[in-house]
This record gives sequence, structure tokens and C-alpha cells, in this order.
Amino acid sequence: MDKAEMLKLYKQLVVIRLLEEKCEELYQKGKIGGFMHLYIGQEATGVGAVSARRPTDNVITAYRDHGIALACGMSPRAIMAEMLGKATGCSKGKGGSMHLADKRLHFWGGHAIVGAHLALATGLAWADQYRGSDAATLCFFGEGASNIGYFHESLNLAAVWKLPCIFICENNNYGMWTPVARASAVIEIRQKAAAYGMPSDSADGMDLLAVRAVTEKALAHVRAGEGPYFLEIHTYRYRGHSMGDQRPYRTHDEIKKWQAEDPIGQFEQVLLDAGIPPAEIDALDAQAQFDIADGVQYAEESPAPALEEIWTDIYAEPIG
Amino acid sequence: MAKAISLALAEEMERDPSIVVFGEEVAVAGGTYGATAGLYDRFGGNRVKDTPISEGVIAGAAVGAAMNGLRPVAEIMGINFAFLAMDQIVNHAAKIRSMFGGQFACPLVIRTTSGGGRQLAATHSQTVEHLFAHFPGLYVVAPSTPADAKGLLKTAIRSDDPIMFIEQATMYSERGEVPDDPNFLLPVGQSDVKRRGKDVTIVAYSKMVGVSLKAAQQLATESIECEVIDLRWLRPLDLEPVFESFKQTNRAVVVEESWRTYGVGAEVAARIYEECFDYLDAPIQRVAQKEVPLPYNGELEKYALPKPADVIEAVKAIL
Repeated sequence: MDKAEMLKLYKQLVVIRLLEEKCEELYQKGKIGGFMHLYIGQEATGVGAVSARRPTDNVITAYRDHGIALACGMSPRAIMAEMLGKATGCSKGKGGSMHLADKRLHFWGGHAIVGAHLALATGLAWADQYRGSDAATLCFFGEGASNIGYFHESLNLAAVWKLPCIFICENNNYGMWTPVARASAVIEIRQKAAAYGMPSDSADGMDLLAVRAVTEKALAHVRAGEGPYFLEIHTYRYRGHSMGDQRPYRTHDEIKKWQAEDPIGQFEQVLLDAGIPPAEIDALDAQAQFDIADGVQYAEESPAPALEEIWTDIYAEPIG
Repeated sequence: MAKAISLALAEEMERDPSIVVFGEEVAVAGGTYGATAGLYDRFGGNRVKDTPISEGVIAGAAVGAAMNGLRPVAEIMGINFAFLAMDQIVNHAAKIRSMFGGQFACPLVIRTTSGGGRQLAATHSQTVEHLFAHFPGLYVVAPSTPADAKGLLKTAIRSDDPIMFIEQATMYSERGEVPDDPNFLLPVGQSDVKRRGKDVTIVAYSKMVGVSLKAAQQLATESIECEVIDLRWLRPLDLEPVFESFKQTNRAVVVEESWRTYGVGAEVAARIYEECFDYLDAPIQRVAQKEVPLPYNGELEKYALPKPADVIEAVKAIL
């Protein structure tokens, strides 16, 4: 990886962390409503995997979508405006935290029905396969989604149709508040891919380079027309499942153990080992701070959607 | 009617290469009811695809492919199995455009079959178009003749919105003239007066249009003239011709194959009461299936389903 790429990815990690912390603050102030699920701790999973894609490769994920959205190139402005329900939000204030998307970036959204977007991913991949494009689809989901019917239907169809789709399981050890061992008959989720004859690999999700490396391998497989691929990325969310989660189901020791492996700290060390001066890293931190503050200011100053907006975007033609 | 459907599909696929057809047994076998016969041979396995028995991912793949530029025509073998795809249909197809602020289009047709009358027992005999019509973001259409099936399916395929196209399964063998014109299209959200009459307005859709026409024919021999209006679309619902008719007849019967509770008849009757209260000469009648899970036994099944005699009785009750 060249230096410019390293700096870019480091900044993405920091922007995600800061955006999430800012969202937490704005949520507590009552400026953000609804359900909100933070990506803190999982940054290297999204950034590492998405960094391996071409801009025409599709990305789709679940409701813990802020980090993936930023990794795909969405701006803190478009995201923050959506969080605040503004007309300038990426989904015009109609989607909120769980439904960020930007079609121009081939980011097909956060989706909030667990497992349902795996089925959408097969359709995205199929459309590209049908057109003869070599674009791949990266479909992120939590390990909790591996217990729902959609997971099995989607993996099976992808394998039968040899779809160019990479199923990326972000195994953060908890489906809501339930540890994986109490919800899944196998705790190594990639074993489930074997049932569909699908090759798989795993990586340490706190290590951006490891995630990127397995994703590159998976992309090469998919682009060669060899059919879908499964990745299990071991990661951890520092915060609760959603806001208001007091985390009584796990210990502070466990959280600290993972924080000692912090993905941003680890990647910062990679930069330092590559000879990048600390001052340059500090400058990136400052830029990230600025981007978030700018995003919040933009969102705060943006207009709310007009009431008449409720009649638009339901069908191709407005109703009412 | 099966031929009318395969003809509509073939004409549209010829016109637009982004149209793909897929579902259980639609390709090599040509469809459980023969409605996709010949398409696989003509357009190839890349455009006409068999799927595993996986309704959730059939509907989900259709939505994803529609978002990403295709015009999928997915088949779900029966509306009873569409319950397994309900989440994709109502949570995704119906909402993908609005929830992302209009970024994604969903030009998608889900063809499925409904209806009782084949001794398939309770889980294979339901007529629940109205459940899908409840959701803004979807359109729901159910043809009553082979010609309508062709014109409405072609319109549905060309639409940029997600549409449930629901075929009553006992009607596939029905015969009728079908226009050859490859541009024969019937508009979205327009109901159709199938018979003129001045005494009572009968409102129906899908198979119940035929049932109502039979009743109207019988009643005509007794000099009772019924107007029969085919809704065609349950959403968008076009009741203007119904109101217009009702203002002449002052009486209405709504006929539906499903149960009356929370059904199409309830909706149509409420709208007539709202719009035409001053024209009302009698309570609006609803003819519907008896409120039971449909039994296997042929006689019991017939007893539970609405038939021309029930419509005649309802008409006479308000004259």
C-alpha cells in the first residue's frame, strides 16, 4: 500500500470514530431520533474491506451503517444531515440512521430488517452478472443474521447461480444482547458457508490490513467467475447494540481486552512503522475533527423537509 | 389466459433486454400453469431462470436486481407462499424508493396466483390481494379476462413501480379474444365497466367479475339490470366509475372471493358511503367467502365460496 492510501484509510478510521462519538452526543441531546447503532470498535472491518473494492463494486450492509457509509465515500455532511432528519440528508430525512445510502457511490444502503439485505445483495450481484460486468457485491452483516432464513436462502441462491457476491460476516460476538454461543449452533460462522459449497476465510477485524488482504483474495475469486465467497471478520463493538443499551450482558474486562487491540491504534502503529511522522498523523486527526464539525454545522443549518415532501418518492410519480 | 400472459411476457422481453423472468419452475418446465411456456427456449437460461424453492430470496433478488437496473418479473407460485416473501414485498419493494429519498427505483413485477376452488385445502386456497393493496408504495392488479391479463401485464412490466400481478389460478384455462397489437396497454389505476345497467351497481375484480356477470345475466331475464364494474387495480383504486354508476342506481353490491372482514368490500363500501351518502337508497351489500379456512371437501368448498346465486340474492335484498 502506498503512503497516500495509508493516510487516506487512517483518516477514514478516525472520521468514523469521531462521527460516531458525535452521533452519541447528539442522540443524548435529543437531536437524533429513532434507533441508532454505533460502529465504534468495528471501523477496520468496514474500511479494510471496502478499501479493496473498485468504485463500481456494490456495497450493502445492515443498520449499523454509518461506518460503511463513510468508508464508501459518503460525506459527514450528507450523513449528519440525515441523522438530523434534514432535507439535505442522503435520504432526504426519510431514512434516518439505519438507512444511509448513496447510489452514485454504489452504496446500496443500510437495511434494518435483519438478514433481508442478503437477499437484496443477490439481486444486485445478479444484475451485474447479467450485464456481463465484472463488478462484485460486498454484503456486510452481523453474525446474528446467520440464523435467519434469508441467510441460507441467499447463500444457496448465490452459490447455485455463481453470483459475484462476497458475504462479509462482521462477527462482533453479540446478536443484540445475546452472545453468539447462545444463539448459533456453530460459533464459527464460516462453517455455515461450507453447507453451500462456498469457499471462506476469516480475519482479525481489529487489523485493517488483514481484513483488506482477505477481501482482495475474495474479490479475485469472485471476479474470476468462480461464484460467491464468504468472509468471517472477528470484531467487537465497544458500545451497546443500540443507544440506551446498558451492556449488563458483558464485562468491563471483556470490553477492555478488545479495546487493547483497538483498530485505530493498531493502524496508527502501521503508519509509524512505515516512517510516517507523528505530526502528519496529528494533522489527519485535526482534519477529521474539522470534517465532523463541518458536517454537524451543515446539518444544523440545513432546512427541514417541507411537509408536502411526504407525498414524494413513494412511486415514480408523486401522489396526493 | 395462460397464453395471454406468456404472450405479454414474450412481447415485452423482445422489446426490452433488461426484462428477466425467474421463479420456481418458470424456465425449463415453462411454469406450473404454463404461463411462461416457451420463454426459456426463446430467450435462454440467462434471462429465464429457475430458482430454488426460496420465496424470500426470489422476492429479495427481484428487488435488488430492480434497484440495480433490471426489470425483473418474478413469479411466486402461489399467494399463499408469498407470505414467506411478505417482508421483501412490503418492507423492501414497497419502501425502497421512499426510505432512501427516491435514490432507488424498483421497477418490478411479482406475478402470483390466488383463489380457491381447486380442493387444495386451507393453506393453498387464499385470495388475499387486499393484504398487499394495504401498503402504499406497491400497486396491486388482478385481471378478470385474458385480454385484460395481457394489457395489464404489459403495462405492469413497463411501469417504474413495484407491482403485484395476481392471477386467479382457476382462470388459466379461460378463453377469450386477445389483441395482437404489441402496444396494447391498459392504464395503471383504471377500473372498467364490464356491463351496463341502471338498477344496481356490482363491484368486483378478478374471478368475481365473471361470477357477477353470470348473476347479472340471470337477473336480466327478470328485468333487473346490473352495472358490473371491474376494479382491475386494488391500488391505485379507481372508484370514479363506481360513484358515477351509484349515483344512477343508488344501490351497490361488492363481490370478493376472500373473507369480508377488513376486505375489499369494506373499503369500497366505506368510500361509497363517504362520497355518495345522499344517493343511498339501501345498505351496501357485501358478497364474500364464508369466514372459515377453506375446507378440502369439494362440496364444502363450493358452499364457502361466493357464487352467482349469492350475488343474485344480495341484489334482490336491496331492490
